[in-house]
Amino acid sequence: MSNYFIIGIIIIYLALLFFIAFIAEKHAKSKWVNNSVVYTLSLAVFCTAWTYYGSVGIAANSGIDFLPIYLGPVIAAPLWIVILRKIIRISKQHKISSIADFISLRYGNNRFLGALVTVLCLLGIVPYISLQLKAVSETFQILSLENNYVATSIFDDSTFYIAVLLAVFAAFFGTQTTDASEKHKGIVVSVAFESVLKLVFFLVIGVYVTYFLFDGTSDIFDKMSQTENFKSLYSFNGFENGFSWLYTILLSFMAIFLLPRQFQISVVENVREKHLKQAIWMFPLYLLLFNVFVIYIAWAGNLSIGNPDVAEYYALLLPLQNGNNFLALLVFLGGFSAVISMVVVSTLALSTMVSNNLIIPYGFLDKFLLNHPERNARYIKNIRRISIFFIIILAYVFYVNLSFYSSLYSIGLIAFVIISQLAPSFFIGLFWNRGSSKAAIIGILAGLAVSFYTLIIPLSIEAVAGSSFFVNEGLFGLSHLKPHAFLGVDYLSVPAHAFFWSMLVNVFCYLVLSLTSKGNYRERNYAEMFVDSRNYSKLQDNALVWKGEAYVTDIKNVLQKFLGDERTERALRLFFTKYDLPQDTQMADARLINFSEKLLTGSIGSASAKILIASVVKEEEVSLVEVLKILEESKETIANNKLLKDKSTELLLISNQLKFANQELVQKDQQKDEFLDTVAHELKTPITGIRAATEVLLDDDDDMPKELRQRFLENMLNDSDRLSRLIHNILDFEKLSTGRSDLNLGRHNIRETIEKASDSLTQLAANKNIKLWSTNKSDYYLKYDEDRILQVLTNLISNALKFTEPGKGNIYVQYKYDNGYLEVQVSDNGKGIPTEDLPYVFDKFYQSKNQNIKKPQGSGLGLAISKQIIDNHGGKIWIENNAKSGATFSFTLPFVK
Amino acid sequence: MKKSILIVDDEPNIVMTLEYTFKKLDFEVFIARDGSEAIQILDTYTPDAVLLDIMMPNIDGYQTLEYIKSKDNLSHTKVIFLTAKNRASDMEKGLALGADKYLTKPFSVKRVVAEIQELLQ
Repeated sequence: MSNYFIIGIIIIYLALLFFIAFIAEKHAKSKWVNNSVVYTLSLAVFCTAWTYYGSVGIAANSGIDFLPIYLGPVIAAPLWIVILRKIIRISKQHKISSIADFISLRYGNNRFLGALVTVLCLLGIVPYISLQLKAVSETFQILSLENNYVATSIFDDSTFYIAVLLAVFAAFFGTQTTDASEKHKGIVVSVAFESVLKLVFFLVIGVYVTYFLFDGTSDIFDKMSQTENFKSLYSFNGFENGFSWLYTILLSFMAIFLLPRQFQISVVENVREKHLKQAIWMFPLYLLLFNVFVIYIAWAGNLSIGNPDVAEYYALLLPLQNGNNFLALLVFLGGFSAVISMVVVSTLALSTMVSNNLIIPYGFLDKFLLNHPERNARYIKNIRRISIFFIIILAYVFYVNLSFYSSLYSIGLIAFVIISQLAPSFFIGLFWNRGSSKAAIIGILAGLAVSFYTLIIPLSIEAVAGSSFFVNEGLFGLSHLKPHAFLGVDYLSVPAHAFFWSMLVNVFCYLVLSLTSKGNYRERNYAEMFVDSRNYSKLQDNALVWKGEAYVTDIKNVLQKFLGDERTERALRLFFTKYDLPQDTQMADARLINFSEKLLTGSIGSASAKILIASVVKEEEVSLVEVLKILEESKETIANNKLLKDKSTELLLISNQLKFANQELVQKDQQKDEFLDTVAHELKTPITGIRAATEVLLDDDDDMPKELRQRFLENMLNDSDRLSRLIHNILDFEKLSTGRSDLNLGRHNIRETIEKASDSLTQLAANKNIKLWSTNKSDYYLKYDEDRILQVLTNLISNALKFTEPGKGNIYVQYKYDNGYLEVQVSDNGKGIPTEDLPYVFDKFYQSKNQNIKKPQGSGLGLAISKQIIDNHGGKIWIENNAKSGATFSFTLPFVK
Repeated sequence: MKKSILIVDDEPNIVMTLEYTFKKLDFEVFIARDGSEAIQILDTYTPDAVLLDIMMPNIDGYQTLEYIKSKDNLSHTKVIFLTAKNRASDMEKGLALGADKYLTKPFSVKRVVAEIQELLQ
């Protein structure tokens, strides 16, 4: 293919990307842009040219060693729900726009730490970007006809123009707003689109190689197994290889969180937390699909081409070798897509860090305070744009001068080792509130120094000079200081060795310094908020501890410089409304300070925001004790509020219960009064009768007829009986309810007992012309006190007699077996019980107002005594009104052995 | 002229004693077993005195007294409560409603007679 043709394709492809990004920006709120699939696909920015070409290279030369770099992210994915969600939550609340901002904020807006993280990321990522450029350049050359063509100056190097175009793309879509924490929908959607392309094209070439060039997977495997050293390509090789796997998995695990481009896509560009839920399975699936054909393309390359030096480009060379230029072009475009997304997102992330954590806090702050807001916005955007070009040009320069010496794979690993130095301060700081800024800075510096000593310096020396005394013999000729076998550890691969030592030193410094030195109050403050991020969303603006004097107008002036008048007014109005403060509040409080810092963070980074706000307020040093106290207080307030709420609900419940109990008591009291009246009445009535009759008889002067005298005497007798019955009932009930009356239990047949009860009342019923039915003939033997049960039955039946109308009345006595109990029912067709009286029927002294006879004859104790008797037998007694007319009294007796 | 009296009580034994006593004193005696029966009788007759129990089913003594007080033709009828309710509050209530006397059970027949005769003079 001719150069011009390829360049034409590249330009068309880039134009397509611009178009997609443009459309996405235009429809930034559409659901086609904001969904979990786009989020997951954009996460696949993880798969760079390293994945696309490099994996095949490793697979060809060292077998399945290409896998662990994908196992790390796969292991990390389920943890996203815990770790990444926490990071996203904190970042959104603080308008964090990069990992440098994140780490610097965790350690109290530490300016130096933010700058250090930025420099470290530049160190790790710029060579990585240059690698991508190298891949474009090399694949371009392979594809073009002029195989031996080597650029003589940058102006006739196509890679340079591609790099510039990428910078334009990143600069255009990456700096639409001054607030870097805003979403970049155009870039995200184009990255997602590229992720689809690179996967599809890679799968196409995989299928082509496996099924068209060869006869399927087993064909490749069979042919490969006949070659030498085959076994080493698909198995582990002892301890060294095992550790190498472990280390690569760990490294890639960290990278998925720490790489600036991953942080940019997974945290800053995250639209909704819930997209994570889909991403945790879709992203591993994507990686799996990507790796299905790697080993077959590699082995096919080994079999057909067999040149380990170009193994990385087997995917491109195989179709070319077989004359399929179209497929080769697709492969090239897939690889090119991987490059573009990585370069664009990385430079975007790095440029934000460079501007917000390096350039602005270290040089431009004073200037900003004097400028107009529009000018400041232009300044900030320009700083970012220049940063983007600067980074890409730096990467290009690096590529031209250095990267020829190293393979894609090893430079990628170096980048990972450098970036992984952020891991201790990032991960441990997220869950351990003791981690301090001093510890983070020294840990990172020490880890970086170790990785320089053991990896970067030796590699650079070797790249330039071939081999060196330093590498072979160690510093000053001391074998313990050999950079690749530090302290005699000589059984690890070079990067694994560097990773091991740098991490060890880094973590050690971090932990020891955190434990021995305490950070300042601000640091502890943010540490507390980050570690406790779940409660934090409740603490919100209150969480920042701040003491001092500040005027709202001063703060407003600063905000206006960056947000403009309108946005500042709106933001402050919202703030005052939210906290119920008057709109003309004069003095700023901690909440406003915190709120303003957050507003500025997106534009100029957290460290700068802190410095700017601090410049207009008179802040007093707050002691650590105060910080902890205030934090504890705000936490306690929340806890107390909850406790208070619980308590008050409980109190309400108790007071309701009390109210109810009180009502019951009042009712009981009334009942008692009524009963006493009844008892008095009942006692006095026969006494009155006796007394009056006695008086009449005494005064009688013998003119009273004999039968009248007889009737007076009979009345006196009846009244005496009535009196003694009443007294007996009261005492009986008292005995039963206090348990002083023992049941005389024996085995009896219920049929016989009911017969006895009916017999004693048949006459009474017949007198009133009421029919008494007891039709059951079954024998049930159970243990009970027959006299007492007779008392109950007699009571219930005579009650029924009282409630039924003479001549029309029917009373039924029935019984049945029911689940371990015998249930006896006495039902009538009388008036029934008023519904409102139903609950009180068994209370002592209750007397229905609904009786047929004129005068209540009972003591009001009959049913109360019956209930007591049944209770004492371990049964239950209750009453229901019948559907039609009358009531049914039922009681149960247990069958016990 | 023959004096008349209405005895309102739901206790037959007591009614029997009082009936015997007043008939012997040459009273015309009416008997009612509760308030509603009493009202029926009072719609036809105008007795000189009413002996009234309080605790009775349906219409009690208080309601019966209110009925008597509402009737112009019964303005000269004397009402004597004869009840087991002996609390001071009950007595006050009875007198406040316009009863002429408040006697409690158990009572002395002689006393009841004396009170009635005094009222009717």
